[in-house]
Amino acid sequence: MRFINLLFFLFFISVLQAKQIEVCESCAIKSIKDAIEIAEKGDEILIKTGLYKEHDIIVSKSVVIIGEKGVILDGEGVGGIFTFEADNFTIKNVKIINVGSSYTVDYAAIKVVKAQNFIIENCTFESVFFGILIEKSKKGIIRNNKISSNRASEASSGNGIHIWDGDKMEVYNNELFGLRDGIYFEFVKNSFVYNNLSTNNIRYGLHFMFSNKNEYHHNEFRNNGAGVAVMFSKYISMHHNKFRLNWGSASYGLLLKEIYDAEIYNNLFEENTIGINGEGCTRINYKNNSFLRNGWAIKIAGACYANIFTNNDFMHNSLDLAYNSKLNDNKFDNNYWSEYTGYDLDKNGIGDIPYRPVKLFSYIVNQTPEALVLLRSLFVDIINFSEKVSPVFTPDDLLDENPKMKRINDSI
Amino acid sequence: MIQFKNLHKRFGKLVVLDGLDLNIKKGGIFAVLGPNGSGKTTLIKCLLGMVIPQKGDIFYNDKSVLKKWNYRNELNYLPQIANFPPNLSVLELIQMVKNLRPKESNEQELIDLFGLNDSLNKKLGNLSGGTKQKVNLVLTFMFDSNLIILDEPTTGLDPISLIHLKELIQKEKAKGKTILITTHIMSFVNEVADEIVFILDGKIYFKGTIGELKKQTNNNDLEHAIANLISKQYA
Amino acid sequence: MLKILKYSFYDLMRSRWSYVYFLFYLLLGFVLLFLNNDVNKAVITLMNIIIVLTPLIGTIFGVMYYYNSKEFTELLLAQPINRSKIFMGQYLGISISLTLSLVLGLGIPFVLYGLFKSTAIFNFSLLLVVGSFLNFIFVALSYNIALSTENKIKGFGYAILMWLFLAVIYDGIFLISLVMFNEYPLDKFSLVATMFNPIDLSRILILLKLDISALLGYTGAVFRKFFGTNLGMVLSMLILVFWVLIPIVRMNFKLRKKDF
Repeated sequence: MRFINLLFFLFFISVLQAKQIEVCESCAIKSIKDAIEIAEKGDEILIKTGLYKEHDIIVSKSVVIIGEKGVILDGEGVGGIFTFEADNFTIKNVKIINVGSSYTVDYAAIKVVKAQNFIIENCTFESVFFGILIEKSKKGIIRNNKISSNRASEASSGNGIHIWDGDKMEVYNNELFGLRDGIYFEFVKNSFVYNNLSTNNIRYGLHFMFSNKNEYHHNEFRNNGAGVAVMFSKYISMHHNKFRLNWGSASYGLLLKEIYDAEIYNNLFEENTIGINGEGCTRINYKNNSFLRNGWAIKIAGACYANIFTNNDFMHNSLDLAYNSKLNDNKFDNNYWSEYTGYDLDKNGIGDIPYRPVKLFSYIVNQTPEALVLLRSLFVDIINFSEKVSPVFTPDDLLDENPKMKRINDSI
Repeated sequence: MIQFKNLHKRFGKLVVLDGLDLNIKKGGIFAVLGPNGSGKTTLIKCLLGMVIPQKGDIFYNDKSVLKKWNYRNELNYLPQIANFPPNLSVLELIQMVKNLRPKESNEQELIDLFGLNDSLNKKLGNLSGGTKQKVNLVLTFMFDSNLIILDEPTTGLDPISLIHLKELIQKEKAKGKTILITTHIMSFVNEVADEIVFILDGKIYFKGTIGELKKQTNNNDLEHAIANLISKQYA
Repeated sequence: MLKILKYSFYDLMRSRWSYVYFLFYLLLGFVLLFLNNDVNKAVITLMNIIIVLTPLIGTIFGVMYYYNSKEFTELLLAQPINRSKIFMGQYLGISISLTLSLVLGLGIPFVLYGLFKSTAIFNFSLLLVVGSFLNFIFVALSYNIALSTENKIKGFGYAILMWLFLAVIYDGIFLISLVMFNEYPLDKFSLVATMFNPIDLSRILILLKLDISALLGYTGAVFRKFFGTNLGMVLSMLILVFWVLIPIVRMNFKLRKKDF
C-alpha cells in the first residue's frame, strides 16, 4: 500500500515537473493527436523519427513539441496541420509537408490564435498553403525556419509567415521561397524582422499593411514577383537589407505606399526594374543606400513630400529618377551619381556644379513607355542635354547641389 | 583579232558610242584618235569589260567578251592615271599583280630598264608622278600577251623613259603583237602608229594608215590632217 | 578575292589613319579603365562611343578608300578577275582592318586591366561584337553610296548624311512619332522601327545586357517576349547579319551594271 502511495506521489511529482511523452510507431502513443490529448500543461512531446499522416491537430495546452531528426508530418493536402490556441508553447525540429489549399479557409502548417510567448523554430515546411499563420498574438518568436511552396498562381497560394494583429513579434533567420508573400504583416506593431532570406515568391518578399513601428533589417529579398511592399504604415525602420533582381512591369525593390516617418538606410537595391517606387510618402529619410544597375533607381509617383535623400550611391541605373509632376518637395543632397559629369576643382570631394537627376527622357518614358527602346540613343542624349541646360518639362528646382565625386557606401 | 559589232553606249542622255563597228587585225600598232569626249576611252573600256555597252557585241579571238573576265589574261592594259595604294611598296604591288595573273612575267628586265631598282622598297604614296608612271609601265609590259592597250602612255615620262617606251612598243610589235594606243601627242602617233582609227560622235570616222589619212585630207602634216578631219565634219 | 583582300588589308593596316584609330581606342580604353576604375561605367561609356563612332569611321573609311583607290581599281578591273571579287576583297579588307583596330585597341587595355577575371567580360565582348558588326555594315553601306555616286564630294556628303540620319535623325523622328501616336499600342511599331536601323539594333542588343531591368518594366506582351526571353538576342543578331548581307548583295547587283 505504501508502495502504491509512493508511486502515486512520484506520478504527481513528475506531472508537476512536466513529463515527456514519446510518439512513435512502436510506442504506446502512436499519434501526435493522442499525445496532445493526454499531455498536460508544460509537458514535452517528443516525436520520434517517422512519417505521420495527420492534420487538424488542435493544441490548446502549453506544451513543447519537439521532433527528432527525420520527423515528417504529411497533411496529404487535406487541411491545416497544427492549430495552437494556448500561451507559452514551443514547437521545433518538425518537418511539415503537403498542407491543403482552399479558397475559403486559410489552411496553415502552423496556425496560432490568441497566443503569447511562443517559439516556432528549426522547422521545415514544404508545399504549404500558408506556412505560419498567426492571429491576435503577442511576443512570439519565429526563427530558423525554412518555408517553401510550389503553388502556381497568386490566388491558389498562401503566405510564408502571415501575422494578422500582432505585437512584439520577432521573425529572424528564416528562409522563404515559392510562396505568395514571403512574410506578411497586417496590423502588427513593435516587431522585428531580420536576417531572413525571401526569394522567388509569387508576389512580395515582404509585405507590410497597416503595421506601425516595426523594424526590418539585414534581410535579403531576391527575385520576387513584385519585390517588397510597405503600405499604409508609420514609423518603419528599414536598414541593411538587400533588394535584388526584382524584374517585371509591376516590380520594385521596394514599394512604398502611404508611408509616413520612415527611415531607410544602408540598403542595397541592385538590378530591380524600379529600386524604390514611392506613392504618397512623407517625411522619409533615405540615407547611405546603394542603387546599382536598376531600371529606375527611384520613381516618385506623386504626393511625396519632405523626403530627404542624402549620401546615397546611384550607380549605373538606366534612369536615376522618375518624377511624374513638375512639383518637387523632396531634397537630394550629397549623393553620389555615377552619371555626374561635373568637376571638382577645389578638391573637396564635392562636384562644383549641381547634378540634375531627372532627365527629360525619363519624363518622356513616363508619358510614352514604348520610348524606352530609345534609351541611350544619341538623340536622347542630345535632348537630355538641352533639357539640362534649360529645364522645361522637369522640375527645375530638383537638384543635388552637392554631388559627391566618389562612391560613398563602398562596403555594401 | 578584235571585232566591235554595232556597239551602243549611252551615259544618261549622252550618246557616246552610236552603233560603232570596228575590226582590228592581228599585229601592228593602232592609234585610236578623236577629240575629247568622242568615245575613245569608252571604246577601250568596253573592250576591257569596265564599261558595259547597251547594245552590240565585242569579240576577242572570235569569242564574245561581254560578262567574261578570263580573256583579260590575254591582254595588258596601261591605265591613264597611275594611282596606287599609297602604303604598299613597289615590290609588293608588282607581287600583287603577278599574284592576280597566273602567267610568266619578266619584271626584273623592265625594272632595270626604267631604273626602278632603288625605288623597289619605297611606298607608292611617296613616289613622284613620273616614277609612278614607270611602275605603271612595268606592270603593263611585264606579261607576255598578244594584245597591249595603252591609254595615254606618255604622261609624265622623262625623255629617256619615253625613248625606252618607244623601244618597248617596237619590240612588242616585232613579236607580232597588237598594240592599241590612245594619245593626244601627234608626234608620238606619227612615230609609232601603223594605223589610225579616228572616232567621232561615237562612230569610226576614219580607219587606215597615216599615209592614207594624209592623202585623203590632202595634208602632209598629221596634226593638220586630223584637224582637217574634225573641221570637215562640223563644216 | 583573298589576294585583293590581303593587299587592301596590308595597305590599310599601314596607313596612318588605322594607327590613329587604333591609338584612339587604346587611349580610350586605358583612360576609361585606369582613371575610372569602374568596369561597368567603362562599358557604358564605351557603348555610347562605339554605337556612334564606329559607324562614322566605317562610313568615312569606306567612301574615302573607294574614291582614293578608284584608279587602282581600274587597273585591277583590267586584270583577269571577276569584278565582284575585286570589290568584295576591298570591302573585306577595310572592314577587317577597322575591326582589328577596334578589337585590339580596346582589347589590350581591358586584358591588361584583368578583364578575364571580371564579370563584365560578357558585356564587353558583346560590345566588340556589335562594334564589328557596325563596321561591316557601315563600310558596306558607304561602298554602296560610293558605287552609286560618281562625284566624290557628293558621295562623301551622302555618306555623312546617311550616318547622321541613322545615328541621330532617325531616332528623333522615331521618338516624335512615338509621342504623337501615344494613344495607340506602339510596342510592335517600336520594335520594328528599331530593326530598320542598324545603330538602334546594336543599341538594343547592348541594352538587353545593360538595362534589362528597365526594359522589363514595360507591360506590352510583345516587349516582354522580345526582351524577356532569348528571342530578342537571337532576332537582333540575325537581323544584324541581314544588315551586312543586304548591302553586300545590292553592291554585287550594282556592280554588274556599273561602268567605270
